[in-house]
Amino acid sequence: MRKKGGGLLIEVGVVVAIALFLIIIMPLVLTEFRLNLLGRFLSLAIVALGIDLIWGYTGLLSLGHGIFFGLGGYAIAMYLKLQVPTGELPDFMGLYGVTELPAFWQPFYSFPLTIASVVLIPGLLAGLLGYLVFRNRLKGVYFSILTQAGTIVFFNFFNGQQQLFNGTNGLIDFTTLFGATVSDAKTQFVFYILTVVFLAATYGVCRWLTTGRFGRLLIAIRDDESRVRFSGYDPTDYKVLVFAVSGAIAGIAGAFYTIQSGSVSPRAMDIAFSIEMVIWVAVGGRATLIGAIVGTLLVNYARTFLSEQFAEIWLFFQGALFLIVVTVLPDGIVGWLRSQNISLFRRRQEIATYPTLEEDAEVQHERENIGN
Amino acid sequence: MNAKILETENVTVSFDGFKALNQLNFSMDVGELRVVIGPNGAGKTTFLDVITGKVQPTVGRVLFKGRNLRSLPEYKIARLGIGRKFQTPRIYLNLTPRENLEITSNPNKNVFSTLFSRSNTAEKNNIKGLLETIGLTAKADIRAGLLSHGEKQRLEIGMLVAQSPDLLLVDEPVAGLTDEETYNIGELLLALAQSHSILVIEHDMEFVRQIAKKVTVLHEGSVLCEGNFEEVQNDSRVIEVYLGKQEE
Repeated sequence: MRKKGGGLLIEVGVVVAIALFLIIIMPLVLTEFRLNLLGRFLSLAIVALGIDLIWGYTGLLSLGHGIFFGLGGYAIAMYLKLQVPTGELPDFMGLYGVTELPAFWQPFYSFPLTIASVVLIPGLLAGLLGYLVFRNRLKGVYFSILTQAGTIVFFNFFNGQQQLFNGTNGLIDFTTLFGATVSDAKTQFVFYILTVVFLAATYGVCRWLTTGRFGRLLIAIRDDESRVRFSGYDPTDYKVLVFAVSGAIAGIAGAFYTIQSGSVSPRAMDIAFSIEMVIWVAVGGRATLIGAIVGTLLVNYARTFLSEQFAEIWLFFQGALFLIVVTVLPDGIVGWLRSQNISLFRRRQEIATYPTLEEDAEVQHERENIGN
Repeated sequence: MNAKILETENVTVSFDGFKALNQLNFSMDVGELRVVIGPNGAGKTTFLDVITGKVQPTVGRVLFKGRNLRSLPEYKIARLGIGRKFQTPRIYLNLTPRENLEITSNPNKNVFSTLFSRSNTAEKNNIKGLLETIGLTAKADIRAGLLSHGEKQRLEIGMLVAQSPDLLLVDEPVAGLTDEETYNIGELLLALAQSHSILVIEHDMEFVRQIAKKVTVLHEGSVLCEGNFEEVQNDSRVIEVYLGKQEE
């Protein structure tokens, strides 16, 4: 037990150290533009953690996280669009002849309600969707198809409602937040710091959920759901909870991405984007958490680099990357590193004698229990 | 007085007209170790499916401790105190044997108590004892996927016990095991029978001889005959449909 506690302490230390490095060192190294880019990628890493939770650990491939990401983004954007003199409407509404603020925009005058919406709307929607799907024991590819169908519904809804959400253009041109200019470098730096903090916090929540009895049960559900039922568990409850948490995480990610990119549009609910999220996790390594973050940063930086250099080939590269991961590195980069005995990523102890003896459980047992 | 732990009344299960179980009447006392045998397709596994709620009876009812199990979902039936071991070992390969036992022994299986409660010392000791009983102490902390077939069988029986059910349903526990392993499983079941009611489904007659006090023979979805091992073995109908065929 003592050993376990020590490991946890080290992990917390490493997370804090990385967070401080990102907050203190990176701003000195990177230009304002690059820092903003990093901030955006880190918010994408938050949603990747959510995907890893539901896909990597629970085995449910969601192709609909763009919905939750988009909803979080729209929630914060609606608040920002309401930062106008009293009595005025958000600028785009005038274009479409809207004279009165739609009722559902009203709560977004309030900052606390907005923050609650960022988390609760995606979370509850995911919970509801999950409940309907899981209660009927739909799983595997049917779940993926349903989430993808949901993405199309939401995309078309937000895309079509010009009066309500400015249609295809989405919500853009944010002005102020608490009196500070949103696009100002200082404000953006605060957003960046908050992103890092929330990424670390999300990582913490995911680690908590995936270790201990609950986490092991998720793995059990992933590997053999009906067996879990015969042990007296109702897997539906567990899957609904995890999907809801995963959706809420995506909402938070969407909000951070939106304030740093300065816009949110129906493209966030585009199917391709939701699939990309899955690719990030696959590249980094499923069911590793850290892999989700690594994969997101790697793929997005590769994209930035390649599309700056050779704009045309990015999509080919992304496809190739996915194929490579699926065929050569099924456990992703982190999974592969772990299997390569690289100590940084390994959870096992140092090898003291012959590997075969170290690995043999019988020998280990005798060493520990005989002769003492 | 002998209370019944399990009764089925007139249970029929038909799949598209094919009757996997046909007006099956069966009963078992509390504390009994019962072995059910029968040729392939006799409905043995469907019988377990009906008890555990995986399949609903088309007609008839299943009573556990006098309680009708109709339309209860599998997990509720499991919580009432029925544990099931599957024909091929169904254990969680990516977890260790200790974790496998821990999951099934969790006393409160709601989402939030699983999330917030931690296993206490009594539970941990219980698991330690179980690991010893099934002989997996040395391999308690390696991935269960690395265990041999026999060890997996033992682990699954351990998981069944960890669930602390009143009735254990055990489906072909010795399929694919060596003679020695088979014998050990037999001894394990006999030891467990001291404190549980156990229903075993088996093909291996040598094994049945080792453990059985009372044997039920299923044939075409109904009980063909019932009695102690010798009686069943010498029953002419049983020889005709089952034992005779095996010697061919």
